[in-house]
Amino acid sequence: MASKSKVTDVDRTIYDYVDDEKDFYRLKEGLTESVVRHISEEKKEPQWMLEFRLKALESYNKQDVPDWGPSLKGLNIDDISSYVRAKSDMKNNWEEVPSDIKNTFERLGIPQAERLSLAGVGAQYDSELVYHNVKDEVKAQGVIYSGMEEALVGPYADLVKEKFMHLLTINEHKFLALHGAVWSGGSFVYVPKGVHLSIPLQSYFRLNAAGAGQYEHTLIIVDDDAYLQFIEGCSAPKYNVANLHAGCVEIYVGKKSTVRYSTIENWSKNMYNLNSKRALVETDGAIEWISGSFGSHTSYLYPMSVLKGDRAKSEYTGITFSGAGQDLDTGTKVVHIGEDTTSFVNAKSISKSGGLNTFRSSVEIKKTAKRAKCSVSCTSLMLDSESRSDTIPTMDVRTSDADMGHEAKIGKISEEVIFYLMSRGIEEAEARAMIVTGFANPVAKELPLEYAVEMNNLLKLEMEGAIG
Amino acid sequence: MANTLLSVENLSSGLTDKPILSNINLKINPGETHVLLGPNGAGKSTLGNTLMGHPSYKVSDGKIFFNDEDITNISTDKRAKLGMFMTFQNPIEIPGISVAKFIRSAYEQCSGKKMNVFSFRKMLEEKMQLLEMNTSYADRDLNNGFSGGEKKKAEILQMLVLEPKLAILDETDSGLDVDAVRIVSKGIEEYQKKDNGALLIITHSTKILESLKVGHVHVLVKGKFVDEGGPELIEEINNNGFIKYGPLSDKASGAN
Repeated sequence: MASKSKVTDVDRTIYDYVDDEKDFYRLKEGLTESVVRHISEEKKEPQWMLEFRLKALESYNKQDVPDWGPSLKGLNIDDISSYVRAKSDMKNNWEEVPSDIKNTFERLGIPQAERLSLAGVGAQYDSELVYHNVKDEVKAQGVIYSGMEEALVGPYADLVKEKFMHLLTINEHKFLALHGAVWSGGSFVYVPKGVHLSIPLQSYFRLNAAGAGQYEHTLIIVDDDAYLQFIEGCSAPKYNVANLHAGCVEIYVGKKSTVRYSTIENWSKNMYNLNSKRALVETDGAIEWISGSFGSHTSYLYPMSVLKGDRAKSEYTGITFSGAGQDLDTGTKVVHIGEDTTSFVNAKSISKSGGLNTFRSSVEIKKTAKRAKCSVSCTSLMLDSESRSDTIPTMDVRTSDADMGHEAKIGKISEEVIFYLMSRGIEEAEARAMIVTGFANPVAKELPLEYAVEMNNLLKLEMEGAIG
Repeated sequence: MANTLLSVENLSSGLTDKPILSNINLKINPGETHVLLGPNGAGKSTLGNTLMGHPSYKVSDGKIFFNDEDITNISTDKRAKLGMFMTFQNPIEIPGISVAKFIRSAYEQCSGKKMNVFSFRKMLEEKMQLLEMNTSYADRDLNNGFSGGEKKKAEILQMLVLEPKLAILDETDSGLDVDAVRIVSKGIEEYQKKDNGALLIITHSTKILESLKVGHVHVLVKGKFVDEGGPELIEEINNNGFIKYGPLSDKASGAN
């Protein structure tokens, strides 16, 4: 058998190139009231937003850093620039985006993806959107897809003011407060009543600057009887200093509407990914979360579904891959409020070369949620004996007629399975990659094709040299 | 020696702490069908696993040659690429990888050729029909939730697509009903005829051999070859079992 070999990091050259930062506007590290005022001023935003930011800053200063999950000791907020902006205004014509930024997104395949199969695309570079475009036929249906700053003064300004950080509030945890104080960039989506968007909208977030934070805000409001698929991609090159991503996604799903929110997150391995996502689902509505987490040094990520209306549904399909030096704490939360609400959770995790994986789920069935149904399944694959995988499920049921199911499996790849594949001419490394790809397939199947391909490429990249 | 496909010379092997086979000699020429009979626990599967290079089985003595190449210490995938194949007694379930996708990867690895998806699909479905398999199985995850019979058919299907020079069939008939045995036999005949494929059929029963042309029979008891002959030996063992070779093992009580 081949001797053991170990890789500390894989070839990430397509993600790891770094653009020159000389033309960039950068705030000095650290978070003070003047920094917050400065950001607000730069953005020329409404007065209420400045007041909101200052309130959030106050809340931030009062809250403690969470201590119940992976360690955040490596993260010093005073070292992280909260706002970095390329010297470029937002464009809606790809040709006008500055060439170095354009090259970055070209290499990541963003404009090609747009031409092929997207209804609209937004690309954020560090703190600001640099590109935003929506197809005319989508606009004609009344769909709004714009930058978040633009939305503050756009046709739905009042709606935005009413919903912004009302689903996820600044007092819930320190990083939401931080987000509220310094948020920048992100997207606003409004889908009117009765509009079924058959092709997805996409946002791509790229953090290029070293030691910076990315705090984009995504607000999605889908009116009744509508359908939206939204795709979010994230990446960053690797630096030796910590970067922070504390984004916030709020989704309002109207009656009889469905929103499918897919993410492939591939942050670099110095990133602290402390992202918050939540959906509020009205009667007969549905939220579908598809989540692939590959990058980052440390993650806290638990998209939450609030099933408010009767017969509201949520589905969570997620995969997390942690390699050397990664501590990824992922999962989901569901709150059942309406009658006959249902939730399905299907989580998978892969850990390798000492990677730590924690699956955390929390399901709450409120007294009002008669006949609620919930099924949670979690499967973990550990590729060696130094890796670790934990499952922490909690269920809080306040009714007597709930239908609850929970299943957890943890396994390793056996010698027998590898032997079987090798007896068909498949090399050992390839055999392992094949098993891992197969394991991840239920998630890949749920993703749009280009993203499924990207995920499989990431898995292969992670598996290269993984013999042992 | 020039014409010999597989040549096993003075082979002893077993698990690290447990010797099983001792001093095995075996020659198989292209297109020949050999049968390895023996009671439970005789070491039949150990021989198959050793020939394919299972990591748990260590060769303590002797050598294995395939087409004159010493393969005693090469990895399993390289043996497969040279033209060796083995059906498993308990085929492995591979979630998330479809039958078609898996066999196509294996085909590309073994043959070194790329085949267009549509031509491959057509070829695969022809062979599935021969094995009376519903072609919808092509899109199912390999062996995942298959019945015992379907798993064994999927093994024979792989053999027919990969067209090895030597196929080792490890207890392919165990646990199969009469119909399934007939279909599996049909697949094996196809391999014998079409590919001039050589076979080493490992079995402790003889029902699968009824319709097959067998050239050579070897009897393995307690890790040693104790007898060999032509097809008439099958009939004899069918009637009398392995009793005449003395005590079979510490545990096994006889042929079944």
